[in-house]
Amino acid sequence: MSALTRASPFGMNREMMKRNYYLCAGLALTGVLAAVTLVGFFWTPYDSAAMSADKFLPPCAAHIFGTDNFGRDIFSRVMEGAGTSFMIALSTIVIGASGGIVLGAVTGYFGGLADEILIRVGDALTAFPSILLALVVISLLGPGKPVNLVISLGLVFIPGFARVTRAAYAEAREINYVKSVRLMGASHARIMLVHILPNTAPVLLSALTIGFNNAVLAEASMSYLGIGVTPPDASLGYMLSEAQSVFGRAPWYALSTGGVMILFLFGVGLIGEGLRVREGEIL
Amino acid sequence: MKYAFRRLSALLLTMLIVSLCTFAAFSGISGSAAEARLGTQATPERVAALREELGLNRPFAVRYAEWLSGFATGNLGDSLTYRQNVGELLRDKVLVSLLLSGMSFALIVLCSIPLSLLVVRWAGTSLDVAHTLWNQFCMSVPPFFTGLLLSWVFGVALHWFTPGAFPGLSRTGEALHFLLFPAVAIAIPRIAMTVRMLRGTLLRELNRDYVRTAISRGSDRNSVLRRHVLKNALTPAVAFLAQMMAEIVAGVIVVEQVFGIPGLGRMLVVSISNRDYPVVQAIVVILAFWVVASNTAADLINVRIDPRLALRDE
Amino acid sequence: MKRTLLALFLGAALFCGLLTGCGSGGNPSAPNEQEAASPALADELYVGIAQDLDSLDPHKMVAAGTKEIMFNVFEGLVKPAPSGDLLPALAENWTISEDRLAYTFHLRPGVKFHNGAIVTAPDVVYSLERVSGASGAADIVAVDALSNIAAMETPDEMTVILRLAEPSNEFLSYLTAAVIPADYDEQDIAPVGTGPFRFVSRTAQESVVLERFDDYWGGAAALKTVTCRVIENADSIMMSLQSGAVDLFAHLTITQAQQLTGDFAIEQGAMNLVQALYLNNAVEPFNDVRVRQALCYAVDKESIIDLAFDGFGFPIGSSMYPAFTKYFDNELTDYYPHDTSKAKELLAAAGYPDGFSMTITVPSNYQPHLDTAQVLVEQLKEIGVRAEILPVEWETWLNETYIGRNFESTVIGVDASTMTARALLERFTSTAGNNFINYNNEAYDNLFKQAQSCTNDDEQTEVYRAMERNLTENAANVYIQDMADLLAVRHGLTGVRFYPIYVLDLYGIHWES
Repeated sequence: MSALTRASPFGMNREMMKRNYYLCAGLALTGVLAAVTLVGFFWTPYDSAAMSADKFLPPCAAHIFGTDNFGRDIFSRVMEGAGTSFMIALSTIVIGASGGIVLGAVTGYFGGLADEILIRVGDALTAFPSILLALVVISLLGPGKPVNLVISLGLVFIPGFARVTRAAYAEAREINYVKSVRLMGASHARIMLVHILPNTAPVLLSALTIGFNNAVLAEASMSYLGIGVTPPDASLGYMLSEAQSVFGRAPWYALSTGGVMILFLFGVGLIGEGLRVREGEIL
Repeated sequence: MKYAFRRLSALLLTMLIVSLCTFAAFSGISGSAAEARLGTQATPERVAALREELGLNRPFAVRYAEWLSGFATGNLGDSLTYRQNVGELLRDKVLVSLLLSGMSFALIVLCSIPLSLLVVRWAGTSLDVAHTLWNQFCMSVPPFFTGLLLSWVFGVALHWFTPGAFPGLSRTGEALHFLLFPAVAIAIPRIAMTVRMLRGTLLRELNRDYVRTAISRGSDRNSVLRRHVLKNALTPAVAFLAQMMAEIVAGVIVVEQVFGIPGLGRMLVVSISNRDYPVVQAIVVILAFWVVASNTAADLINVRIDPRLALRDE
Repeated sequence: MKRTLLALFLGAALFCGLLTGCGSGGNPSAPNEQEAASPALADELYVGIAQDLDSLDPHKMVAAGTKEIMFNVFEGLVKPAPSGDLLPALAENWTISEDRLAYTFHLRPGVKFHNGAIVTAPDVVYSLERVSGASGAADIVAVDALSNIAAMETPDEMTVILRLAEPSNEFLSYLTAAVIPADYDEQDIAPVGTGPFRFVSRTAQESVVLERFDDYWGGAAALKTVTCRVIENADSIMMSLQSGAVDLFAHLTITQAQQLTGDFAIEQGAMNLVQALYLNNAVEPFNDVRVRQALCYAVDKESIIDLAFDGFGFPIGSSMYPAFTKYFDNELTDYYPHDTSKAKELLAAAGYPDGFSMTITVPSNYQPHLDTAQVLVEQLKEIGVRAEILPVEWETWLNETYIGRNFESTVIGVDASTMTARALLERFTSTAGNNFINYNNEAYDNLFKQAQSCTNDDEQTEVYRAMERNLTENAANVYIQDMADLLAVRHGLTGVRFYPIYVLDLYGIHWES
């Protein structure tokens, strides 16, 4: 753990950015993709659901990713599909991270029996393949609804975040600085929120990037299995499963959809890499 | 020995908890699912008869104990959809899925150790950046996408194997040949992860004083690397690899669909949709056991490598 | 450094060696292309089927896809021919009495069940009793029309006399019902019939294996073993065909068929299904006839067929498909021309000026229905109806939608289990057990009763046509089309015959030498 200075959680100054190529490249790549995705919420080159007689057009000037089996513009669909995947991953992370951080902070800070139980349960849960756990939850909730997908994935991500946060808080609890703040009369809540949380930010940010990528992958896998997003909504995972059935005729469908997904994950992965470099981890 | 005993009893305890949770979660709804099956013909009498037939009127503890002993005797109840014994239904599928996950695991171990020894030499050079980028890229490729490409290129275009026509375990050679392709699809991102992890561990180890001393004393860098560094990096690596088993199993569930492999993945997805809970809970417990067992095995191996570990969580 | 590199190369080489060598005896230069492209043995066939069998017992099957395959395992007293006629099967011949109330069947001598037993009159009586729902387990799918049998007599081992309660013009076509050995109670797991193929094994979600029955009364089939591979994941169908995992696959979409160049011949027939957006007439808002009519006006069948089926398909307007030339009324096809303003008016009149939300349940293993649903969603959007597709697994669809009737609307194809108009139309009478759309129309029920009492075939045909018109006028469902049936057949395989009902006859199929 770095020294407990009150650094801004995003405290990367210009100097650092300049030298941290991974972070820069990751932010740039993710930024461009996120911008295109954001635009996709309001505007797409074509109506992503509009069908036309121009089926299976290979990529060309009018349709840069070509068209699919209904003559829909794949680029427009990818923009929208990426939006769906992005939103689902984001909601998943919001649920998983907020649940996990609260749980981890409280148990890590106070310790005791609850902490002990959490460690055991967490260990058991992280032994489960994430998809298996999500499938179990979704089978209890009932498949076929996006809300249930988000809930099940969100729940699955809680233990991972709780684990990371707990470790950071348990460590911070023992540091003199925190002890002295406590002696000065700061409340527990204030210590946890103001004094410890900013210092766990680097660890958490890195966990967030990994979690985000896992959420995107999990959503894609579930949709690919047919238990996630359902048409006419499209997510990248669902589109990939559609693309597989026409791969022989229109390989560009699978390649462009898969390519966008890979770039997305690649960009976020680079940010994570950059954060770890900044943390001074040996790479 | 004492440590092994402790680890094994912990394994049993974990599995008891996992199976209890699974059984409790599903037993509540499997009754209603069975009733839903009666559909329009559901009358109170028929529902009562069905509950009796499925044995749902007996105490929870009795049903749980009976189900649990089923893992030993093979009698796990009947599938609601297939009206066939769950054990019989799953036997071959379990072997296929476990074999696939085992092969993926072997590939990861075989590829990542030499690769990480290679890349550790690149630290600080321009190759290092290229490697990091490539590594990140490999981690970003979803296994089912790789699987899709592999099956079209090697299956449909080159005819090296026949996707969708799994030869069955009785033809072992062909089955292994077939499973190699999905195993590669599952392994690629995990190899990248393992290489990154090993590289970090090796570098940290190389920066330690004893290594510096040894090298400054004139020992050959390579032999230090192989004799001491690798050995010390081994225990975290084994633990890391064991933890990876959970993710491998997740990959297996999805990738089986791409290649049309008749394993537990397809069965699990279909059973969830059909609310065939006897099958779902059996599959969940089997896969969980596989993951927990490999973690335990890793711990036991680690204690052989470094006996001090046995004392750590006394 | 060198050593590590060496280790790496060795590792890589080993890896590549594994990729290429394993199956072909360590000889990577001889790819087993030949093996993949044509079957190892000329009397083996791999058929892809889009869903697992729902039951092995011929009297308990619900799914058309199950009957389609098990058609090769079971036979009745008579069996359908590709022409639509009924051919003698287990009955060698029969006579019908003057008053049309007594049918005397003379069984074909020496016909064997797959277990070696000879088919005798008591087996026939047992089977007909069982399938009529008069006896046996509760999950028998009873053929109501057989309850018309008042008495069965067996004057000798090889003769069966069926006495009817009232005359019927269609009675014979129901005798395609499978004849099974009397008092054999393992049909659920080891079915026994008399067909040209016998059941060998079944692995859930994997395959069903059939084998030639050498003692088949009509002479042994050409193929020795037929393995039906279950490919419920629609995405892998193309891969399975192109990789050589299956040689034959029925009910492909046009998109799929067009990808299959080179190795396959595409044979085209009609599916003989009534594909429609089936509406649950008992739930809001579909209990209002104006809403149903609005949907009919909103949907453009031609454009569905063009967009999702490349123009292959036969538009229909009621629960009857063109292959039934006698009953099919083409005037009904355009009863509701595509007219969105009319549709909006009707919706407004029904109290939904701004449209409403609805779900369309679709079995996800049927790509054509999913594709249709996607076009439907777009078309309904134009009149303000927000439809959402709910894809479900086939078994779930059967239990929840079809049997449980727990749905708003669904896209599905309904087939005729026997070659009669009754098989398609009886289901919409208010008391029918398989009236999954809860259609409830008194006039319709009365017409059906009238049809059953007709003594004259022409008269009966007219009544059946009136029933079709009733369904159209009341917009019972949004009728779409009888889909084109595209069948991919690997080159070298011949003898595929199309039937007016949903079956895949394996008997005549063989590899050309």
